[in-house]
Amino acid sequence: MIPIPYYLALSAVLFTMGVVGVLTRRNALVVFMSIELMLNSVNLTFVAFARQLGSLEGQVTVFFVMVIAAVEVVVGLSIIIAIFRIRDTVDVDDVDLLRG
Amino acid sequence: MAAIEVVIFGAAAVGALAGGLGVVLARAPIRAALALLLVLGSLAVLYLLLAAQFIAVLQVIIYAGAIVVLLLFVVMLLHARTGEARPTKLPRQRPVGFLLAAVFLAAVVTALRDAAPPPLPAVGQGFGTAESVAGVLFTRYVLPFELASMVLVVGIVAAVVIGRGARP
Amino acid sequence: MLLILIMAFPLAGWLLNGIFAGRLRRPAVSLIGAGSVGLSFAAALIAVQRPEVASGWRVPLWEWISAGDFSVRLGLLLDPLSTVMVLVVSGVGFFIHVYSIGYMGDDPAYSRYFSYLNLFLASMLLLVLGDSLLTLFVGWELVGLCSYLLIGFWFDRERAASSGRKAFVVNRIGDAAFLLGMILLALTVDTLDLTRVAESASMVAPTTAAVITLLLFAGATGKSAQLPLYTWLPDAMEGPTPVSALIHAATMVTAGVYMIGRVYPLFLRAEVTLPVVAVVGAVTALFAATIALVQWDLKRVLAFSTISQLGYMFLGMGILAPEAGMFHLTTQAFFKALLFLAAGSVMHAMGGIIDMRRLGGLSGPLRWTMWGFLIGALAMAGVPPFAGFFSKDLILEAAFERTQGSPLILVWLAGVVTAFVTSVYIARAAIMTFAPPAAHHAHPHEAPSVMGWPMATLAVLSTAGGFFGAQVAGRPLLQSLERFFAIEVHEQGAPTWLIILAPAVGLVGVVLGYFAYRGRREVRLGAVGTFFERHWLLDPLYDRAIVQPAKWLGLTLATGVELGAIDRVVNGVGAVVARTGGALRRLQTGYVRNYAAGILAGTVLLLGYWLLR
Repeated sequence: MIPIPYYLALSAVLFTMGVVGVLTRRNALVVFMSIELMLNSVNLTFVAFARQLGSLEGQVTVFFVMVIAAVEVVVGLSIIIAIFRIRDTVDVDDVDLLRG
Repeated sequence: MAAIEVVIFGAAAVGALAGGLGVVLARAPIRAALALLLVLGSLAVLYLLLAAQFIAVLQVIIYAGAIVVLLLFVVMLLHARTGEARPTKLPRQRPVGFLLAAVFLAAVVTALRDAAPPPLPAVGQGFGTAESVAGVLFTRYVLPFELASMVLVVGIVAAVVIGRGARP
Repeated sequence: MLLILIMAFPLAGWLLNGIFAGRLRRPAVSLIGAGSVGLSFAAALIAVQRPEVASGWRVPLWEWISAGDFSVRLGLLLDPLSTVMVLVVSGVGFFIHVYSIGYMGDDPAYSRYFSYLNLFLASMLLLVLGDSLLTLFVGWELVGLCSYLLIGFWFDRERAASSGRKAFVVNRIGDAAFLLGMILLALTVDTLDLTRVAESASMVAPTTAAVITLLLFAGATGKSAQLPLYTWLPDAMEGPTPVSALIHAATMVTAGVYMIGRVYPLFLRAEVTLPVVAVVGAVTALFAATIALVQWDLKRVLAFSTISQLGYMFLGMGILAPEAGMFHLTTQAFFKALLFLAAGSVMHAMGGIIDMRRLGGLSGPLRWTMWGFLIGALAMAGVPPFAGFFSKDLILEAAFERTQGSPLILVWLAGVVTAFVTSVYIARAAIMTFAPPAAHHAHPHEAPSVMGWPMATLAVLSTAGGFFGAQVAGRPLLQSLERFFAIEVHEQGAPTWLIILAPAVGLVGVVLGYFAYRGRREVRLGAVGTFFERHWLLDPLYDRAIVQPAKWLGLTLATGVELGAIDRVVNGVGAVVARTGGALRRLQTGYVRNYAAGILAGTVLLLGYWLLR
């Protein structure tokens, strides 16, 4: 049995990669994918802990995360398409109307 | 610790990491999407190792099967260019982002290092199966379950409304 | 009960005449106005004969302030000192009220006049009868208010209105000092009750007592128009003449003298203050007398004369002869009121003219008035057997004896010189007003009897009043006051030459004045005269020393402090806020990536905190 900390370390690295993607990439779709990466790493953490604690509640949480992630992707992508229709860009830096 | 387990873990881990790098580093979004697919697959394998069979299957069906497909559709629709063509308006963003991420990783790893986990409890055969998860889901968590379905409906309606575009 | 009535009568008069002003007819107003004071005087006469008065008859009224250890009870006190004042105030007040019936007979605001005058009398009685310094102060302030109301009685005249204001403001300066002294006293002995203050005076440290008494004396200089706060009294002559007679000659201005007598044990304890009082009194007396010599307005002559005579009273208080000071207060009330009433009679007859250059030749038509004036004049000059001789002589005697062998002997000298100048100026006034040749073509008529009888009564008192203090009659007034003050002074018999010095000086002055100003000739005093006219150049001094610095201070505060400092700080705060806002605004870049980085930074900090805990 692989000790749980390994799973957790993997999860941490994946999460960090996702963070870098969100901070660094300018294409909105890639940013989205990085967010999915982050969500998945968190899912991995939950499942690992479910195994460690012998309780199914971690897995139930993952279930819900997946549901919400799906909804989020659907809505987010439709927003990106809407913005693209108007602005003809998917560069996140071009959407700066809230600039103060 | 069976040797085969280590091998599988290693392969899945490598796959996940490689996929992650691919998502973040790929020039073309289509490549990033395929890298994401690799990550999702590897994670499904890891779930199997962690006695979460139901979740693993769900991962493949929902994530790999639906979400990535959706992403691919949108990539196709938008002919999405890299967007890196124009010079960046935020020159300092990249180094600062890397720095912050590095610090973050360091912090998390430090937190993990001191973790001395107790030995893994033995779990029954039914741990992580669809029946057992469903058993918890439909009894203790039936309310969140219903709410989740409502969220799904809302999401669908939202997507239709937003995606419809301007009325003529 | 009786004591309360003494005050209650004029108070009722004030209310009745004040509230029903329009509805009552003249005779009713006169009856209420003068009658209430008459009743007050009668009550006083009865009250002072009670045996309890000798040791102090107290009538507590109610608890006014009760704050922890400190409490002030409102109450009345009648003892030998306040007896003198009560009788003088109500008695002379009554005569003047009767006189006013005639003098103010044609004035449209008749009832307002009497209601104010009644209020004044009630306030003065409160001042005199109060058993605590705070009660006295309440009366003090009220008479100040009434003084303002009555000086500016004809408020549509610019000069009258501004004179009223001036009186109030200058008084206020003195009152501020009085208040500070009272507060210090209350802090030191925990009470303002006069009897207890007198008892605990010996326990106060001399320096503290000195500070307290100097502050109280400063208040007295304001109310009694001594240097340096005398400026309001000459201008106060804008008011009706009976007001000048009552308030600014006989009663209110003497409140300062009375107050010192009331807390005399404190003054004794503070060895420094009494010499200061004596010096200020003496200097003021001489100062005012010289100015009276060069005034053309008869009432102003009398005003400065009042200031001068008040100086004598303070001199008396200062050289440890308070009974002499109080005696002079009494006689001054008689003859000064008489002089003012006579002047009022002249004004009444001559249609308001009071400039002596336009008078003269009134000895025939205004015979009664003239005799009244002359009696008052002789009394003031200190010619025996008139009242002024006894009191002034007593003060000068005591001054000589008590300042032997010390530089304070100068105050005695000042007193003697002042006596000389006094006789000269009052002779000048008498001649200029009454003697031929007349500088006018009017046909004046004598005062009506309602004005004449009060003058006559005062004339009798000015003549016979001296016997209150005369050796021959057993010195009843002085005896009771001496017992009250109980000061240990070794009495040496006064040398004969000293006793005849004052009246001699007075007589010489009168004679000199007669010969100098005979035929209503004006004597040019040259540069000295101008010096006197310019108030010994006090006005430019005040301007340079007080007004200009005050203006400068005001300007500096307005521009330097207000604009330069305070405004800058306040505006600076605003500017800082604005600039901070401007700086913080730069956080809102509008870029999602920046916001994400911010969130990450926050998360890292939180993580760090938890890790390091």
